[in-house]
Amino acid sequence: MSTKVIRDQPGRTGTTGARPGAMGFLTDTTLCIGCKACEVACKQWNQLPMDEFGFTGYSYDNTGDLSGTTWRHVAFIERISDSEGRRPTSMRAFQSNWLMMSDVCKHCVNAGCMEACPTGAIIRTEFDTVVVQQDVCNGCGYCVPACPFGVIALDLGDGRARVGDHKAHKCTLCYDRLRDGLEPACAKACPTDSIQFGLVEDLMDRAKQRVADLRAQGVEEAHIYGDRAVGGTGGIDGLNAFFILTAPPEVYNLPAQPELPQRKTIPASVSTALAAVAFAVGAILSLRRK
Amino acid sequence: MPGLGARLGRGGATTTLQSLADSDCIVIMGSNMAENHPVGFRFVVRAKTRGATVIHVDPRFSRTSALADLYVPLRAGTDLAVLGGLINYVINSERWNTDPFFKEYVTHYTNASVIINPEYQGPEDLGGIFSGYIPEERRYETDTWQYAGQDERPAASEDKAQTAEPRPEYIGRLDEPVRRDPTLQDPNCVFQIVKRHYARYTPEMVERISGIPQDVFIRLAETILENSGRDRTTAFCYAVAWTQHTNGTQTIGACALLQLLLGNIGRPGGGILALRGHATIQGSTDIPTLYNLLPGYLPMPMATALERDESLDAYLRRNRPMTGAWYNTPAYLVSLLKAWYGDAATPENDFCYDLVPKIGGDASFQAMIPMMKDGIMKGLFVMGMNPAVGGQNAILAREGLANLDWLVVRDVHEIETAAFWWDAPEVRAGKVRPQDIKTEVFLLPAALPGEKEGSFTNTQRLVQWHDKAIDPPDDVRSEVWFVYHLGRRLKELYQGDDTPKGRQIAALTWEYPTEGPHDEPVVEAIVREINGYTVADGRLVPDYTALRDDGSTACGCWIYSGIMPEEGRNRAKDRRGDERASLEWGYSWPRNVRLLYNRASADPQGRPWSERKKWVWWDEKEGRWTGYDTPDFPVTKPPDYVPPPGAVGLDAHPGDAPFVNMADGRGWLFAASGLRDGPLPTHYEPWETPVGNALYPEHPRSPAANLLERPDNRYHEIGDPRFPYVITTYRLTEHHTAGGMSRFVPWLAELQPHGFVEISPELAEELGINNGDWVVISTLRGETESRALVTERLQPLVINGKKIHQVGMPWHFGYSGIAKGGIANDLSALVEDPNSRIHEAKAFTCNLRKGRLTRSTDEEGRG
Repeated sequence: MSTKVIRDQPGRTGTTGARPGAMGFLTDTTLCIGCKACEVACKQWNQLPMDEFGFTGYSYDNTGDLSGTTWRHVAFIERISDSEGRRPTSMRAFQSNWLMMSDVCKHCVNAGCMEACPTGAIIRTEFDTVVVQQDVCNGCGYCVPACPFGVIALDLGDGRARVGDHKAHKCTLCYDRLRDGLEPACAKACPTDSIQFGLVEDLMDRAKQRVADLRAQGVEEAHIYGDRAVGGTGGIDGLNAFFILTAPPEVYNLPAQPELPQRKTIPASVSTALAAVAFAVGAILSLRRK
Repeated sequence: MPGLGARLGRGGATTTLQSLADSDCIVIMGSNMAENHPVGFRFVVRAKTRGATVIHVDPRFSRTSALADLYVPLRAGTDLAVLGGLINYVINSERWNTDPFFKEYVTHYTNASVIINPEYQGPEDLGGIFSGYIPEERRYETDTWQYAGQDERPAASEDKAQTAEPRPEYIGRLDEPVRRDPTLQDPNCVFQIVKRHYARYTPEMVERISGIPQDVFIRLAETILENSGRDRTTAFCYAVAWTQHTNGTQTIGACALLQLLLGNIGRPGGGILALRGHATIQGSTDIPTLYNLLPGYLPMPMATALERDESLDAYLRRNRPMTGAWYNTPAYLVSLLKAWYGDAATPENDFCYDLVPKIGGDASFQAMIPMMKDGIMKGLFVMGMNPAVGGQNAILAREGLANLDWLVVRDVHEIETAAFWWDAPEVRAGKVRPQDIKTEVFLLPAALPGEKEGSFTNTQRLVQWHDKAIDPPDDVRSEVWFVYHLGRRLKELYQGDDTPKGRQIAALTWEYPTEGPHDEPVVEAIVREINGYTVADGRLVPDYTALRDDGSTACGCWIYSGIMPEEGRNRAKDRRGDERASLEWGYSWPRNVRLLYNRASADPQGRPWSERKKWVWWDEKEGRWTGYDTPDFPVTKPPDYVPPPGAVGLDAHPGDAPFVNMADGRGWLFAASGLRDGPLPTHYEPWETPVGNALYPEHPRSPAANLLERPDNRYHEIGDPRFPYVITTYRLTEHHTAGGMSRFVPWLAELQPHGFVEISPELAEELGINNGDWVVISTLRGETESRALVTERLQPLVINGKKIHQVGMPWHFGYSGIAKGGIANDLSALVEDPNSRIHEAKAFTCNLRKGRLTRSTDEEGRG
């Protein structure tokens, strides 16, 4: 399988636009054992319902995706054999041929969902996290296409007995726990400290050191996902919940160079205006009397 | 347990999870540690971040393999051949023969130099068996295995009942001075016997048997060798994928043998971590619910034709060695009897020894199943277990349940064992009708961990207290409540009854203080009794060295003595951890020792082998052993102590004998006694196998494995073409054993909502199976259907020139709860390791086809 090597971009690698005092996650996927304690701890703390449910046949991932009722989701990507079909024996250090990654809301420094929300339900908290106020949310769903990562979603029920509340839901970074001085449920439950919680600037320093250590141990593709170089691009300016990955982001179903959809508004409007002018000119020219 | 017990003296993990962080190399074999011990695995990850090499040897590439540096695929059931290959490689390697550390450790700390009875013959001489085999009885006479010149060991155990622990009595008879050759050259010395035994376990042979390519095997061996010695240690982690084989005990023994040769036992970052499964399964063998053990691993008394412990004296004569820590068996047993029978137990009546049940036959779990089917057993309590799904030959188990007069199930949900009579596959398929089942089924609600007080004893012998957070609702009750009140009512029933059965119950002490609206027994009162106290004044004893054999002390379990050394001090509640042994976190038996046999972390002169690996050492000035851990050694015995003639107990051991429970204080490379199937681990094929035995074609399978040949438990022949695939069963992180605690919980059920069978793409293509298809798996015991998970994590292996496919199936799933699936144990057979009576679940054979059962029993027809 061919892999695109992430090239470090000087000045942007390992930097983030996170505001002073911002709290967040470093999810170091190289320590993840795919146990899903994070999924269960999150559901239990937030009393979320079981999802639309069934055997997917997709490796050990039967949850599928983040949704209105799944706010931590462990992805499994099997990359067992090489291009000649040979199975691995000697492997690179840390999480080689079976990638496991606990996905979560990125709590973007500049959040697309927040900018799209017309009611002001989505706010930035004192911890610089992004939270949906459920009593304000009217379920319009504008936030859903505005998230470049496909995180936030409406709870539409499970298509059978359970009726959803039709509102937008996502990870709150355990806002209630933070206000009582506790760490988020998933970070507490993670047995290998793959999920680490703290000040974003501390976590970023830690991540940079970890990536350097990993590369020294032969994991050349280790990189931060959620700095200004990769993952926190296009106006997002950094992810407060960021990751260490060992393969290109697309392998994990993440966009490498995401962009705030709002950034397309001006170019799209200009194009539309130009198209309108062009049609108008064309109409005038073709319909005028000779 | 006998795997480690027979060679090292105690049947338990020799090291702690935390110590793994100090390892230079961790070999995980016979275990899927990341998936089944995820919290303990954090220490493997910590070791890795410090630069350790992690190796996973397994038929399947699992979540553990994903974090390993080296993944070694092998055929399920061939681990012993690989370990034998490692033993052969190590003792013939240059490193082992030139670095003086190894010979020094082996000569002083093991029985390598001991001369064995010259009539001993092994598999190399006899084509696969040892001397003393009686084929008609499928057992061994063990005279020729003994140390040369020792008195004849007493009559061999002919019975079908076998202790899970090596009988100290076998280990104990060292009446003559042991003959040794410290140069390890004598052809009859243990070392030379071991060398000859494994001479044909070459890398090439290992490849033929297990499928591991030679270069990968050599890389495995070299890595282990590089990481053993004065400055570096290697740890082995194993779990039930070693235990659950007909040669399980011997497989574990092979690891003990290897780790002794490498000098890794008793050292930080070394040792053998036996990863036990349930939260407190270690506790359930320490204070056992096993039919063949008394608390603290004292053997149960026997009452068979050849072995009758008809009196306390007779029992002690057979079970009490004169050397080593077990010398004090009388104190431990008498104190137990005083705890059980109180004032009724007096020196005149042998402390009510006659009331203790004695073993007359096999009453292990596997024996119970046919006893139920055959109408011998009438009633059954099932508490926190689910044999309708979780036991071998689950079809036979359900037939057995249907034949009982009464069945009591205590659980949190209506598990399959309680629902068998209306919901089992055979009922859904119309083969069995509920109205024809006469069993009266009682389903009683059981309390969950947060709803009751108590302790767990985890895999490293660590006892940790669990507080009660909330009262259980309605009629839900704890096990302590249930057993206590049941016993109380039985005592009322049998009051004044003078028959032997009546006296057994009437004489038991059964008074515990109770509290609360439901009269819940105060659990700490039970801990008091377990710790032990002097009878006259009720004062707690400090530890088991205070126990006596004259009836002046009482103690519920001598190995736990010390857990409550004074009033109000429950050491299981301690919660002060540190970066080393964490001696103030919980209580570890024995006597809060964390790393067992830690005398071996110092050299024969008592100095640490290296600064980097220091743990316990001799302080010359203070005249005592000191260090980071409780010394697992008499604390004032100097390293140069020489026992005087006629010394007994621990005084009979010299100052360089770390294995205090063994008769001679040494780790046994050669297990002269204690095991039923041989003194040296030998490769035998699983009872069901697609191939013959490349090493011993005349004796391909275990000559002593416990068989149960009956029409409702038929076995496959070797190489049976109807069942060509190797199948292994295993666990997932998301579910717990037979599913009673997890398949009913929505948040767990959605993670793994349906059973599946993992097959390689190569096999899938051969059989025309696509990922997600329904498949039927079959054996002579039964058929079950499941979903196919086609994955490259399984691969075919070349075994002796032939391509062999392996498939794997988690065994959690059943017909109740939210997450359901075909019952893997409908396929497995009742067949056991002869020492431990553990079933062979990890390697048998099956057939597989695309499709569904003729009468599908999955109610929704979907995954």
